[in-house]
Amino acid sequence: MDPECSRLLPALCAVLVDPRQPVADDTCLEKLLDWFKTVTEAGPSLLLLQENPCLVELLFRVLKAHDPRPRVLSFSLRLAGLFAAQEDCFQYLQGDSSLFVASAAGQLLVHILALAMRGPAEGHPSPQGCDWPACAQKIVCHVEDSLRSTATPQVTQALNVLTTTFGHCHSPWTQGLWVRLSPLVACLLEKDPIPASHSLVDLLLSVARSPVGSSDCGLWETLAQTLSHLSPTQAGPLALGILKLQDCPQALKTQAFGVLLQPLACVLKAAAQAPGPPGFPEGATGDSITVDTFLSSKSACVGLLCQALAHLELLQLLPQRPSPWPQAPLLRAAVAILRFCHGSAAPTSDVGGHLCAVLAGCVRVQRAALDFLGTLSQGTGPQELVTQVFAVLLEYLTSPDSSPMVLKKAFQATLRWLLGSPKAPSCCDLDPHTQLFLGELLPVLRKRLCSPCWEARDSGLEFLTQVTRHWGGQAAFRHALLASEVPELTGQLLRDPESYVRASAVTATGQLSSWGLYATPTGPEHPEVQQESLFTELLHILSTDSEGFPRRAVMHVFTQWLKDGHADVAEDLEQFVARVLQAASQDLDWEVRAQGLELALVFLEQLLGQPGSRCPYAVALPEAAPPATLAQVLQALCRVQLFEFALRALFDCDRPVAQKSCDLLLFLKAKATPCGGPQEAGASPDVVSVEAALQRWQAGEQGQPLGELEPEAVMAVLRSMDLEGLRGMLAKSSDHMEKSPQSLLQDMLATVGVLGENEADCY
Amino acid sequence: MLDCGLDMTSTLNFLPLPLVQNPRLSNLPGWSLKDGNAFLDKELKECSGHVFVDSVPEFCLPETELIDLSTVDVILISNYHCMMALPYITEHTGFTGTVYATEPTVQIGRLLMEELVNFIERVPKAQSASLWKNKDTQRLLPSPLKDAVEVSTWRRCYTMQEVNSALSKIQLVGYSQKIELFGAVQVTPLSSGYALGSSNWIIQSHYEKVSYVSGSSLLTTHPQFSVVFQPMDQASLKNSDVLILTGLTQIPTANPDGMVGEFCSNLALTVRNGGNVLVPCYPSGVIYDLLECLYQYIDSAGLSSIPFYFISPVANSSLEFSQIFAEWLCHNKQTKVYLPEPPFPHAELIQTNKLKHYPSIHGDFSNDFRQPCVVFTGHPSLRFGDVVHFMELWGKSSLNTVIFTEPDFSYLEALAPYQPLAMKCIYCPIDTRLNFIQVSKLLKEVQPLHVVCPEQYTQPPPAQSHRVDLMIDCQPPAMSYRRAEVLALPFRRRYEKIEIMPELADSLVPMEIKPGISLATVSAVLHTKDNKHVLQVPPRGGWGPPPRPAQPTGGKKRKRPSDDIPDCKVLKPLLSGSIPVEQFVQTLEKHGFSDIKVEDTAKGHIVLLQEAETLIQIEEDSTHIICDNDEVLRVRLRDLVLKFLQKF
Repeated sequence: MDPECSRLLPALCAVLVDPRQPVADDTCLEKLLDWFKTVTEAGPSLLLLQENPCLVELLFRVLKAHDPRPRVLSFSLRLAGLFAAQEDCFQYLQGDSSLFVASAAGQLLVHILALAMRGPAEGHPSPQGCDWPACAQKIVCHVEDSLRSTATPQVTQALNVLTTTFGHCHSPWTQGLWVRLSPLVACLLEKDPIPASHSLVDLLLSVARSPVGSSDCGLWETLAQTLSHLSPTQAGPLALGILKLQDCPQALKTQAFGVLLQPLACVLKAAAQAPGPPGFPEGATGDSITVDTFLSSKSACVGLLCQALAHLELLQLLPQRPSPWPQAPLLRAAVAILRFCHGSAAPTSDVGGHLCAVLAGCVRVQRAALDFLGTLSQGTGPQELVTQVFAVLLEYLTSPDSSPMVLKKAFQATLRWLLGSPKAPSCCDLDPHTQLFLGELLPVLRKRLCSPCWEARDSGLEFLTQVTRHWGGQAAFRHALLASEVPELTGQLLRDPESYVRASAVTATGQLSSWGLYATPTGPEHPEVQQESLFTELLHILSTDSEGFPRRAVMHVFTQWLKDGHADVAEDLEQFVARVLQAASQDLDWEVRAQGLELALVFLEQLLGQPGSRCPYAVALPEAAPPATLAQVLQALCRVQLFEFALRALFDCDRPVAQKSCDLLLFLKAKATPCGGPQEAGASPDVVSVEAALQRWQAGEQGQPLGELEPEAVMAVLRSMDLEGLRGMLAKSSDHMEKSPQSLLQDMLATVGVLGENEADCY
Repeated sequence: MLDCGLDMTSTLNFLPLPLVQNPRLSNLPGWSLKDGNAFLDKELKECSGHVFVDSVPEFCLPETELIDLSTVDVILISNYHCMMALPYITEHTGFTGTVYATEPTVQIGRLLMEELVNFIERVPKAQSASLWKNKDTQRLLPSPLKDAVEVSTWRRCYTMQEVNSALSKIQLVGYSQKIELFGAVQVTPLSSGYALGSSNWIIQSHYEKVSYVSGSSLLTTHPQFSVVFQPMDQASLKNSDVLILTGLTQIPTANPDGMVGEFCSNLALTVRNGGNVLVPCYPSGVIYDLLECLYQYIDSAGLSSIPFYFISPVANSSLEFSQIFAEWLCHNKQTKVYLPEPPFPHAELIQTNKLKHYPSIHGDFSNDFRQPCVVFTGHPSLRFGDVVHFMELWGKSSLNTVIFTEPDFSYLEALAPYQPLAMKCIYCPIDTRLNFIQVSKLLKEVQPLHVVCPEQYTQPPPAQSHRVDLMIDCQPPAMSYRRAEVLALPFRRRYEKIEIMPELADSLVPMEIKPGISLATVSAVLHTKDNKHVLQVPPRGGWGPPPRPAQPTGGKKRKRPSDDIPDCKVLKPLLSGSIPVEQFVQTLEKHGFSDIKVEDTAKGHIVLLQEAETLIQIEEDSTHIICDNDEVLRVRLRDLVLKFLQKF
């Protein structure tokens, strides 16, 4: 510990033990603990305590205090734990109203129990606990008492302690502990309502995941029992947890899956006009309890459905998801839910009528169901069902009542289903169903791009970008898109009043243009006319748009165009780079400047013939030509004024820009040096003037231009600069001074006014 | 009478009135019965597979048979759409009462009537059809003519003279103003948030309160609908005995926000393709919402160069009115009235020449007319007004679009005489009135004891019988009514408030009979006039009989008002309290009665004085002493009983 901190520490300890002094917030104390942790790791703690007797005094006084402040107590206990955890058990603290304290106390109990059981009790102690250390016995008895308590908070605390125990301790003694406590846990299931059901679920899952789970068959019975005792909403998380377990009996998995499927089974049953195709596996047939939940209240119904959909969505992505996966009934259920929400279902049953009234227009369920439907696109389904899926998605995309968020989700789900749809077997083009759907979708997209709601326009553009990225090369898609008005409308939105929409329009037109799809109907014959105008238009946005998002989007598009070897870029590469860098260098947004460096790097790599950064559909890269010589490269860099841009960025007030520039110049320096470039330019007048300009820039006078640069002078400057040192300095966070422990101690003392010199600050 | 609306859907049965000579409409074949009988072929024409009445359009009036409208004292108007039948009532039924409405309601209502009269009068039609209305004939006609109700009561449009006369009978009122009606009830208009000057009404006496909620909107915080009017006053509706609820949205499944989105998107797509957009509308109301939305939208959609035309005989007045009724606007808009910036953005649209308005298609409009364009014009029924011209002009091209935004008319029926039609038809009904979710919230908030509403609101829409969310759901269930049904409102007037004159109040001597409850006897004259009741000090003479007025000397004896005052008898004091039987028996014994027996009865006790052959029957509110002709004994016993009671 540095001497300055040692000097401040006694005053801080005095503040902490003084009940009259306000204590800094929990975050400060947490930071203080982090610091002590690094200090104890760095050297012997005993020495630390000897050199700083105030610390021992602090622990002593806080623990002796009659009414210690919870956060100071929590802090002191954890500090004591850092120094000497093995010494003694502290008093029980679980009932504390502060969550920090209760949690710390719970963890402390677990650590003490684990510590006590280490050594002599290691192995297989008897469940009765007669051979357990006294300390451990005391803790277990306390937990037992809490489990028998009628007060739910106490039961919750005990369950949380046990959850932590089984989560952290995997020694054989935990098995004895479970044998001893499981009857008490089972007793909780007999109560109505079941107390602390959340914590109970956590505990059972924690036990099931621990080694106890694999050996104790009683546990599986308890889990099965719990599943059937809990309400459908409470049972959901447990069922998901069970299905995530690596090895558990198939019967239990089937039961758990049944619990998750229940709500959807109910929906299917309620939506059925007549006995339909086979539904879910047995055990998930829409039991009366689920129906009761549905009927009890709107919030219960919505909550249960959303939970089931979210759980099933998670489950589907897991490798251990149940097999066979009931894809078809799940699809049917998702479609039915969406129809209920849309008011387009026409149920005949009472439950169906109720669902209709409850779900009509419910945005929460719509969002959950669309997300779920999107995930289901990973699987297949009978064509008739897939047609229904597309029909319901189209309904949502078309409906004027779809809220902006629902519309966005509908676009996302549609994209996933479109990209998942099979290709026609004969060629690599889209299958007829998809083509048919596209025919209906594009007019809807067109209308959405004209929506007065900017979110709708934005979602439409995002969808267009994504679908073009994947299908830009598909003839059927290209044909349908060019026949629609969508590309023209997209161009129109470059001048949208909403900056997010402008940004999305930039990305979308950039993507369309990459595929030669950004053109007026006369475009295909004269693509260059349109392309040129798009580049000019985007450059105009980059130079003049008042918002950052569109300008950033333009930089991303330009970088992508450069990587892809966009025809328009390749035509006059240097001109393109020069104009973009010039615009970017004057931008007030650091992200734009940083992206400018990214573009500069791509350009540099391409000049140097770096492989791996190019797109497979690159059109006219200098790939065929042999890599240019370094001198040629440097000359090109000078011509596009890349050096001026990079050197200016080196002294950028925003650290990420400076860092990126530093990396770029280092990369260039590394490339240039081994090739033995021009080395003898040491004292030429050029260098002097460049270095003088750089010094002024560093001092904040960035107005002056660098003027014409010679490659030799540039290399000389790069060699003379300590770029590695600069990189090291930039790597340190800008607040490294403010983060020092000394600063922390000063801040804490300043808040209580111990540091006299700061008093004047109040005025 | 609550509101005075006009059913204009009857006009859908008539042929459109073209503004210029229209060969198509003037050469339609006459309709003849199946047996070839052609006696109706002058009145009924076949057009596009439907049969229409070839005559001046007629309107369906409010029910006039059920009650004698000359006996109606007051008509309360809730908004300008609900007063269109007023001239029929005030000018042709013997009505002599008063109509109450807010100023913007009257002014905009006048514009709507003026436009209607103008639309019909400027294309005079000689023919008036009446044969088809004969009940026996009507039965033979095809639908929908066959099913039209009360056709015999349908009337031609009123004249401007009748409109002016009707409007002169309106008494202007302001929000929250209390208006005494004959002392019987007080009525108060409250802001209903639906349109400029629209109101709900409270009708209350001292002990009963009825709220009439008609055409209300809660879309006050809605960006699209621009917080135009004063928000709906919900708080004042609380504690109602009965809440009469009507004028809910006609399209509960279409939310106005989504519909405006549809409107804008379709408009932009049409214009972009070189097509024209026709928006049939009223000259006030939804059009302002649309213009405000378009104001924000046209630049983003690249429509800045597209002209917007608003064509109505009252367009100019309508645009001006909406800018000046400051006190009726919401706070946000109110403040704008005093700034250089106008409260509604259409003023800016006009200043920048994006919105142009004309009284009709004749004159200046034909010089300025440029296509593609957007035209707002009436009438939404498509049967009269400039819209008829544009339907004929643009109907043949699929580039053009007609967008229906007014929910009052079935757009398919409105389009029927124009079929086959190549132009696109978009139905975006914009109805900002309460939907069922909002009604449910309103009722929870206001908690009326009873809700009364039209039968249609108590069941799901016929076409969507599963949508139980599209009906009023309240406890106790709403009382519903249907056409011509007489309904007794579920409350009885049990109390009247009576005022006491200060002099009389001064003379009262209250006695506390229970903690917090005091009683006093009052002798006074009850004076009732105009449903107000006042207790006044009786004429001199106090408790005795009033002095007879001096007989007039000579002449005939005339009856004078004071003769009607009944004679006041000398009043005995009133008694209160109860008689504790045990103590009463002890008292009797003290006073020498013996051989006393007490029997309990269902209502009290009977005290038997066996020796004296006397019986005292004590009940909660009466005591009887039954003795055999011994008045002295009775009086003695009576005095003993009175000792236990308080007198005042």
